[in-house]
Amino acid sequence: MARTRFRGDSGLTLRMGGVSLGLGALYVAFGAFLIYASGSAVMGIVIVLAMSWGQWYFSDSLALKSMGAREVSPEQAPELHAMIDRLCALADMKKPRVAVSVTDMPNAFATGRSPNHSSVCVTTGIMQRLDADELEGVLAHELAHVANRDVTVMTVASSLGLLAGFITRWGMYLGGGRDRNGNGGPAFLVVFLVSMVVYFVSFLLTRSLSRYRELSADRSGAYLTGRPSKLSSALVKISGDMARIPNRDLREGQAISAFFFAPALNRESVGALFSTHPPLQQRLDQLARVSAELSEPL
Amino acid sequence: MGFWDSILGRSTPPKADLDALFAVPQAALSLQTEGFAPTGQGAVCYRSGEGGAFATVEQQAEQLIATDGSQVARTDDTYGFRWFSVTKPPGDVSGLVTDLHAVNSSLRDAGFDQALLCSTVVFTAPEGRRMALVYLYKRGTFYPFVPLDATHRDNALELQVRGIVDADITVEQDLSRWLAIWGAPGL
Repeated sequence: MARTRFRGDSGLTLRMGGVSLGLGALYVAFGAFLIYASGSAVMGIVIVLAMSWGQWYFSDSLALKSMGAREVSPEQAPELHAMIDRLCALADMKKPRVAVSVTDMPNAFATGRSPNHSSVCVTTGIMQRLDADELEGVLAHELAHVANRDVTVMTVASSLGLLAGFITRWGMYLGGGRDRNGNGGPAFLVVFLVSMVVYFVSFLLTRSLSRYRELSADRSGAYLTGRPSKLSSALVKISGDMARIPNRDLREGQAISAFFFAPALNRESVGALFSTHPPLQQRLDQLARVSAELSEPL
Repeated sequence: MGFWDSILGRSTPPKADLDALFAVPQAALSLQTEGFAPTGQGAVCYRSGEGGAFATVEQQAEQLIATDGSQVARTDDTYGFRWFSVTKPPGDVSGLVTDLHAVNSSLRDAGFDQALLCSTVVFTAPEGRRMALVYLYKRGTFYPFVPLDATHRDNALELQVRGIVDADITVEQDLSRWLAIWGAPGL
């Protein structure tokens, strides 16, 4: 009797399914609405879908280029390759291409349209900061993204938002043309407003989907290495470092905060709705649960 | 990995195939006719998980094997994988395989079959080099590994071994999965 310690998180699966369902419904409703409301949107749909298809198809080379990463051979980075080799043998998956980006920012990402065309990239910053076990935890998390086909899922999920965003931004000009013909003025305004709402809702849903997929990758990665605590310590190290390096300009941040009702608005919970990654504490809690499950007698 | 697994973001871990290991004695006979001699050494390589449950299983497996007079050792390599090595008298390949299977099945019964990476059975090649027949649990396939020194391997001899044992065991077709295991016990 083969038993496995791997347990899915049914709550997580349910939430993810709910969000996917919501996105799908939004997709269909918005598509139907567009076809009903105006024929000229077809061009927009074609352009945006072609753009997101291109982004998906070339995702690995695009992402690597934007990070200034280059692929490394087993001779150039023997340790990194050996680590990924072993993890792939454990998970029985095809080895992705391995790339290194020379930057001090500690980060790692996986990209590519399918498990056969994927790359895993780490920065030199993360390799300096983490020890071997922690780096392995991070790599297992990235390999889980590859196995879960997260690039494909997120591209499909976000292309609707892209389309709605495209219409809100460029729709004015398209609509303006129709207005001169003396028809479609109010109809266009409706399309514009609905697009804005769709853009906002799909943005929220896409972000929450992304957070669930991160949690799911944490979980699979932790089960793959059998050492959730190592991934936790890697997360703490990276997040600590990342949080310390601000991206926003100092002056800009201060000026805007001055207009906020800081005490009235719980900025942390609003921030959590918009972020692509779950809060650190939530990830650590989940990993602690996996760790407890692993040490229970079966 | 089905469509729904992609949508729901869950990946089911692959199952480890343990029984194929029992084909090794047959392959050992074929190898012996070509001048390879079994050294009686073998090992199971796995990812040692954190927590008390894992340590308990390891100890139980060690006690189980030590009862029939095999030498048992556990060593950690630089990649964080643990080698559970078993040494039997040189001729006793089937006894060795039974011991290795005992380690595997203990881990599997405790729910840790995902942690299994590979298993090795070590032979001495006619020229005196060490050759390991490596079994990949998740693929259910074997491949030979012959180290020349710390970073080079004798690919010619490995391909030669593939021809010898091809009829007895399933040899890994994808050469890119013939992972090097530098510094494995007994090599």
